[in-house]
Amino acid sequence: MMEEKEHKDFQDSEYWATNAEQGGWSLASTDEGNQKMDIEEPQEELNIQMGKEVLDDYIGREEISSEDDRMIVNMGPQHPSTHGVLRLQVELEGEIVRRVKPVIGYLHTGMEKTGESLTYSQGCTNTTRMDYLAPLFNELVFSLTTEKLLNIEVPERAKQIRILMTELNRVTSHLVALATGGMDIGAISMMIFGFREREMILNFFEKTTGLRMNHNYIRPGGVAADLPDGWKKDIQEILEEIPKKLKDYDQMLLDNPIWNGRLRNVGILTTQECFDLGITGPSLRASGYEWDLRKVEPYSGIEKFNFDIPVLEDSDVFSRWRIKVLEIQESLKIIEQAMETMPKGDYRVDDKKVTPPPRKRLDESMEALIHHFKLFTEGFKVPEGEAYVAVESPRGELGCYIVSDGSSTPYKMHIRAPSFCNLQALPVIMSNSPIADAVASIASLDPVIGDVDR
Amino acid sequence: MEEQIYNIPADQLRSKVLELRNQGYEMLVDLTVVDWYRKRDDRFELVVNLLSLSKKKRARILSNISNEKLECESLTDIYPGANFYEREAFDMYGVIFSGHPDLTRILMPDDWVGHPLRKDFGLGKIPVQFKNAPKV
Amino acid sequence: MFAPDNIFTTSIDKAVRWSRTQSMWPVTFGLACCAIEMMAAGSSKYDLARYGMEVFRASPRQADLMIVAGRVSQKMAPVLRQVYDQMAEPKWVIAMGACSSSGGMFNNYALVQGVDQIVPVDIYVPGCPPGPQSLMHGILTLHEKIMEGEINR
Repeated sequence: MMEEKEHKDFQDSEYWATNAEQGGWSLASTDEGNQKMDIEEPQEELNIQMGKEVLDDYIGREEISSEDDRMIVNMGPQHPSTHGVLRLQVELEGEIVRRVKPVIGYLHTGMEKTGESLTYSQGCTNTTRMDYLAPLFNELVFSLTTEKLLNIEVPERAKQIRILMTELNRVTSHLVALATGGMDIGAISMMIFGFREREMILNFFEKTTGLRMNHNYIRPGGVAADLPDGWKKDIQEILEEIPKKLKDYDQMLLDNPIWNGRLRNVGILTTQECFDLGITGPSLRASGYEWDLRKVEPYSGIEKFNFDIPVLEDSDVFSRWRIKVLEIQESLKIIEQAMETMPKGDYRVDDKKVTPPPRKRLDESMEALIHHFKLFTEGFKVPEGEAYVAVESPRGELGCYIVSDGSSTPYKMHIRAPSFCNLQALPVIMSNSPIADAVASIASLDPVIGDVDR
Repeated sequence: MEEQIYNIPADQLRSKVLELRNQGYEMLVDLTVVDWYRKRDDRFELVVNLLSLSKKKRARILSNISNEKLECESLTDIYPGANFYEREAFDMYGVIFSGHPDLTRILMPDDWVGHPLRKDFGLGKIPVQFKNAPKV
Repeated sequence: MFAPDNIFTTSIDKAVRWSRTQSMWPVTFGLACCAIEMMAAGSSKYDLARYGMEVFRASPRQADLMIVAGRVSQKMAPVLRQVYDQMAEPKWVIAMGACSSSGGMFNNYALVQGVDQIVPVDIYVPGCPPGPQSLMHGILTLHEKIMEGEINR
C-alpha cells in the first residue's frame, strides 16, 4: 500500500517533465537537470543570476537567503596567520561572517597555579613568559605589586633603568605587531623589515640582561644587574637607525592603494563598545578617546618625561596600525630622555631583608651569609594584604592582583591580561563583514595567545 | 589614582555594581575569585575591579559567595566584557554564574574533571628522577 | 625482492638522502615564545633561506619537517598528533625549546611533559628560548644525521 502511494506521488510530483503548473517543461524542472538549490527561487534572485539586474555593493542588501544556508568554518588552532594557537568557529552566510566564536585554551600553562608555589623573587621567571612579546612589562607589573605590598621604594636609577628597558620593549613589541600584521595582509617585506630592526634592540637586551627574550631582569627590589659599559653608544645607534627605517615603512605602506583599500573602514570598534567590553590600549586610542596609564596613573617615575599620546578618530584597522607607528616614535623620545638624564646610584633597594648581599661580602660577614641563604632558599616574607597595580603594556592595561597571607609565596596571583579582554571584541568587529577582512581584523587587535591563556 | 575598596555580601552585589555604573564607572577591568580554603568560613570570594575613565578612579568590590550553592549573579548584562572572565572563574574555581549566556569551560579541555585553581587541586607535579639518585 | 647493495643502489641512496636534506620545508607549528625565535631565525639576520627552508608551509601535507616550537598543553595534544599524522613520509620532528623537550619549567597539570610522549622526535634543541643559532645548529645536525643514514625513512 505504501509503495503504491509513493509511486503515485512520484507521478504527480513537480519533478515530472510535463508539469503544467510550473509553466511548462523547462530544463530546471527535471530531476537530472535540476541545478537549483531551492525548489522555488525568488524572482529577484534569478534576475541577478541571469544578469538582468546588477548590484554594485553586495553587502548593502538585506538577507536574501534562508537560515539554513549558513556554514560553520573552523579556522583551526594550527594556522598560518601567525598569531598563535587561536581557534575561531566562524558562521558564514555566503561570504559574510555572521557570528564568530573564539575558542581559546590551547596554550594554557597553569601559570597562576605555578605562581602560588614560587617565591616572590622567582615569580618573575613565571610571569615573564605570559606575554612573550613584551616580557619586561609582565616582570614590571609583578615587581610593582610586590613592592606595593612590601611598602618599599626602589632607588631612582632603578626606576629609570626600568623605564628605559620597558620602552625599548614597547618598540620591539610594536615592530612585531607591524611585521606580522603586514605579512598577514600580504606585505611580506614588512616581516623582514620589522624583524631586522628588532634584532638591533634584542642585541642590546642580550648585552644587558643575558637573554634575547624572557629576560627575568626586573625583579622586586630593583633590577638584576646594572647597565653594561658603553650602553649609551648602543642606544644612540638605535635612536639613529630606527627613525630612518620607519620612513621606509611609511614610504611602502602609507599611501599604498592596496593597503588603504584593505584596511580603511574595516573592523570598526567604537568607543562605547570599548567601554562595554573593557578594551584599553591602542584600540581605545584609535577610536578617539585619550587614555594612557602612563599619563593618568604614572608608574616608576615616568611622569618626568615629556611625550605625547597619539589619538586617532577613525576606529578602523588602518588607525590601529597607524597608532602603533606613532607610538614607536613617542617611545623613542622617552628613551632619549631616559638616556640623557640617567642618575647615578644603586640599582637595587638597600633593604637587607629583600635584596641579597653582594658576592664578596659573603666571605667577610656571617650575617651576609645567613641573609643570602635565607633569601635564596626560603625567600623574603611579604606582609598580609592584597594589591592591584596596572601598567600600560603595548596591548592595553596589564594588571597584577596579588593576595598575600604573610608567607614567602603569593597566596593568589592573578594577572589581568589585556589580550584576554581584547579577544572579546572579535565577534563585534568581524560580524557582517566579508571573511577576507577577518585576518586583518585579528591582526589589528594584536592578540598574544600566551597572554590570553596564561 | 585613588582606589576604593568595598566589602559587600553576595546578594547585594548586583545592585552595588549597577549603582557604581550609574556613578560613572564605565569599564569592568577584572573579575576573579580567591579561594580561602580552611582560612575563612565562606570559601570563595569574588573580586571585581572597576575603572572610571572620566573621573580617574578605581573601585574594587570584594564579596563572599555562600558555601552551599557556589552561585552568583552574572554581570554580563551590565558589562558585556565580563563574559570571558566569568567563564574562566567557572572553569578554574567552579563558581556558577546564573544568567550567563554560555557558561562552559574556556581554558581547560571540555572533558576535564576538577577545577584547577582550587587549593585542594594539586599542582600535578611529576617527580623528576635524577640520573644517579637512588630510585624512589 | 631482495636487491643486494651494489655500487649502483648505494649511490642512488646517497643521492636520495642528499636531496632530502637540501630543501626540507617546515610546517608552521609555532606555539609560544619559541615561535618568535623561529620567525627570527627565518628573517634576514639569521637566514634560513640559505638552507632552502624559508618557506613555512601552512598545510601539513606539503611539509617534511615539524618544528614543535613552544609549550604543548593538554588541549593542544590531539591537534598536534593530527597534524603529524597528516604529514607525508618521510617526515622529521624537531622539539625546540625546553617546554617541548621535557615540559620545561612548567611541571604541572596543564602541560604535556615532553612532546615525545605524542610524536617521535629526532632532534631536541634546548634553551628557553633557544636562540636562532641554536635552532640552526639543531637543523644542521638533523641534516648530518640524514646524510649519514642514521635516520632510516
